Amino acid sequence: MSGRTPNQKAWWLVLPVVVLVAFNAVIPLMTVVNYSVQETFGDNQFFFEGVTWFEQILHSSRFHEALQRQLLFTAIVLAIELPLGVAIALAMPRRGAWASVCLVLMAMPLLIPWNVVGAMWNILALPDIGLLGHSLNAMGFDYNFTRQPLSAWLTLITMDVWHWTSLVVLLAYAGLSAIPNAFYQAARIDGASGWAVFCFIQLPKMKRVLMIAVLLRFMDSFMIYTEAIVLTGGGPGNATSLLSIDLVKIALGQFDLGPAAAMSLIYFLIILLLSWVFYTVMTRDEPQ
Amino acid sequence: MTRSGLELRGVELRVDGQVHIHRTDVALAPQGFNILLGPTLAGKTTLMRLMAGLLKPTAGEVWFHGRNVTAVPVRARGVAMVYQQFINYGHQSVYENIASPLRVARASRAEIKARVGRIAELLQLSPLLDRRPAELSGGQQQRTALARALVKDAGLVLLDEPLANLDYKLREALRDELPRLFADRDCTVVYATTEPGEALLLGGHTATVHEGRVTQFGATSTVYRRPVDLLAARAFSDPPMNSAPVVKRGGNFELGGVTAWPAQRALAGLADGPYTVGLRPHRVQPLAGGATGAVTVEGRVAIAEISGSESVVHFDLHGSTWVSQSHGVHAFDVGTMAAFSLDVSRALYFAPDGRCVGSAED
Amino acid sequence: MARIGLKDLRHSYGPAPQAESDWALKRLDLSFADGSANALLGPSGCGKTTLLNIISGLLRPSEGSVWFDDRDVTALPADAREIAQVFQFPVVYDTMSVYDNLAFPLRNRGVPAAAIDHRVREIAALLDLEDTLQRRASGLTADGKQKISLGRGLVRSDVNVIMFDEPLTVIDPELKWRLRSKLKELHRRIGLTMIYVTHDQTEALTFADRVIVMNEGVVVQAGTPVELFERPQHTFVGHFIGSPGMNLLPATFDGGVARFAGHAVQMSVAPRAVPANAQLQIGVRPEFVSFADTGIPVSIVKVADAGRFRVVETRHAGFSIRLLVGEDAKLPSERACLRFDPSFTQLYVDGWRLGEQPR
Repeated sequence: MSGRTPNQKAWWLVLPVVVLVAFNAVIPLMTVVNYSVQETFGDNQFFFEGVTWFEQILHSSRFHEALQRQLLFTAIVLAIELPLGVAIALAMPRRGAWASVCLVLMAMPLLIPWNVVGAMWNILALPDIGLLGHSLNAMGFDYNFTRQPLSAWLTLITMDVWHWTSLVVLLAYAGLSAIPNAFYQAARIDGASGWAVFCFIQLPKMKRVLMIAVLLRFMDSFMIYTEAIVLTGGGPGNATSLLSIDLVKIALGQFDLGPAAAMSLIYFLIILLLSWVFYTVMTRDEPQ
Repeated sequence: MTRSGLELRGVELRVDGQVHIHRTDVALAPQGFNILLGPTLAGKTTLMRLMAGLLKPTAGEVWFHGRNVTAVPVRARGVAMVYQQFINYGHQSVYENIASPLRVARASRAEIKARVGRIAELLQLSPLLDRRPAELSGGQQQRTALARALVKDAGLVLLDEPLANLDYKLREALRDELPRLFADRDCTVVYATTEPGEALLLGGHTATVHEGRVTQFGATSTVYRRPVDLLAARAFSDPPMNSAPVVKRGGNFELGGVTAWPAQRALAGLADGPYTVGLRPHRVQPLAGGATGAVTVEGRVAIAEISGSESVVHFDLHGSTWVSQSHGVHAFDVGTMAAFSLDVSRALYFAPDGRCVGSAED
Repeated sequence: MARIGLKDLRHSYGPAPQAESDWALKRLDLSFADGSANALLGPSGCGKTTLLNIISGLLRPSEGSVWFDDRDVTALPADAREIAQVFQFPVVYDTMSVYDNLAFPLRNRGVPAAAIDHRVREIAALLDLEDTLQRRASGLTADGKQKISLGRGLVRSDVNVIMFDEPLTVIDPELKWRLRSKLKELHRRIGLTMIYVTHDQTEALTFADRVIVMNEGVVVQAGTPVELFERPQHTFVGHFIGSPGMNLLPATFDGGVARFAGHAVQMSVAPRAVPANAQLQIGVRPEFVSFADTGIPVSIVKVADAGRFRVVETRHAGFSIRLLVGEDAKLPSERACLRFDPSFTQLYVDGWRLGEQPR
């Protein structure tokens, strides 16, 4: 029927990608699935356990607490970074030399390795010698992120906002730059207020990039590990033990491969589910 | 002229079971322009892609210079194509842009220089050879694209609405230039356009294209004056051709039960029954104050446009909209009744199935 | 409604214009009568959009002033000038319905809901948008979106002027005919001052009562379509309007007679004297050239069939002269003579029609 005879040679060109994806994603995932239904002992002995680990985790208060901490952290971070990022993007100059300067400044935090970010903030916030920590205490605030859960949380959130708001700024800026000048001119002539311009032109035109920003920031903040472990190590106590930190504690600290694998899968499914929810809600009223 | 150019023999294209190009048999003129005339999405570009070999027909064969080239890949065919968008390499000078097909063909440095120089002269690009395309006007950019297509002496040159994105006056100038450029070249030129005026002025041959079907192919003026059916007749519509139902009864054609005129000699033999009459807008002329013509009708003026040299009037007559195009300035008030004379000696008649059954001139 | 006046206007996009060519808009004085339909016509880069933006207040002129009736509005921003403008590409508020889009300019000005509803429905009916009023604007085709843009431009009945910046560029040819006539009809009905910018002579000549032709930042002629066609003030107008444009032939002047290649040519206005060392050209449109038994002998070079007429290119003394011949008329054999209709033959001195002063 088709005018084009399928050329089977093309499969050989796709093969490397198939192999790569297999090693990268499929095989590790299958391994995790495999572990999650087994009990291991040293000496490579495996015993089939079925869904025991899943049940245990879903009923454990430790998991629930970690999940709650994680959700809270992500919600706070999103609630700050998105409006802040959009606001900064709106305030940035659209053209000229200052536009480039702003873009470079904005891109800077994104270029710093994650563990360095954690280490930087750790040193900065140390209550005795860190510039921030010391100054805060000197000003009379009782601040110690290694001892007080509230201080630890505030530091963690501030660090994340500092690190990742730029990403939202850059995406929003790209969205704003794509709006033709005629839209602003038309709005001026239509007598629209600045707020109306934001609601009816800028926000709708930024919608797609903001959706990407929300998804990226959701997934990244939900999986935050490196910066947090370097900064607080999950402490004080378990106050900042977010899901990923807790997971590593179980997997490596206690070497409970089975529960860790089961928890990984649950973690993975939660991210998948929430991402899907975000995506569906945000694209719900897009025209086909 | 005895040598054959490009031929489509029973060419058909289906994609996922849907017919995109209906069975087409056309032997293009080996010299001069072959125009594909039809509205947007009629299938002009698809036909060109089939001719170039960018698409393989589902059925049928493509012949070029007496050789079946259906299976020959595009690279080996000697085809050049120019698109509606000005496609140039932005990072290279105009010279490098024009030279690029020759470099690909591994021509010698001296030969490249000579040939680029000659083609640039022809297209008035010589003073611009060191510039980048972005520094040129739209017309100059499109001339650069044309030069690149011409420089390699391709046997088949496909021009897909090359003037559509240009200013009115530039379009006019390049349209005059184009036939001269190809006048003494040994190549088949195919030119797609949506504008009937462009097709007429370029001359050559025209294929009218309608919904994936070539409705007629022939010398442009023949297709314009002797269309084979309503679709081909309507392809030349700027403004649209008037067409209205008439009934032949005895020796007369009757329009709307009111107006009648005798069937000319050549049409007298037609069987009685319903037909469609076609009259080009300039065959419908306004009548000043009370004058009458051979066939006079009265219609209500819907639109009147005066462009300084001519007047175009749309009017309603027996439920269909008619258009009159006349020289000079004729003022009309919208909504009023006005008289028009129909030059039925130049009318075309179509059977109910759309086939042209005769013109009064036969 | 208002009469629009432009006084001693000049504009440059650069900070410190030195040469004459630095000015995007060279000094001009122009006015648009209250309730008139005007077109600004010219090739791309001629300054017509600059002029439009100065009138609408989107651009502040480097020099000169803008007047609406007796009010100097030069310093007023666009939203305070009470105008409407339609842009080349559709501007649509994506999240709003078609109805809300049309109502937007009225709501921003606090018009009562009942009045808004009445006006929106009236405009929607005019543009065949009634069936889509409740649809989301973002789902429409380019045609449909541009109709919304047009509608938003037309919805306010209290504006000083409505401006159109090449509004039919994205519209299909068939619909172009209809929209053009709707605009014209609307103008007749509501009598608002309208200014329409385009590079398409057909659009300009059919829409406007007065066409302003611009080239390189200068207004070369302002007049009715018939004036532009029959008496172009500048060779640019002769060339730019009409298809094909005016024949321009080098001329000499002696003994009170203009000559082309030695042949005396009769003029609409008999020239008495011309400045020395000026470049002289005879201009005559192809429509006003015909074959005759006597006159300028030519050879026929090319005949292009345009359907209802033919464009015949002839040559004399190395110069090409074009004429239009009707579909049914017989063409003479290869050698023939041409006659120029004296009432439509002009003499141009350095580009300007004899007697007209460059402004």
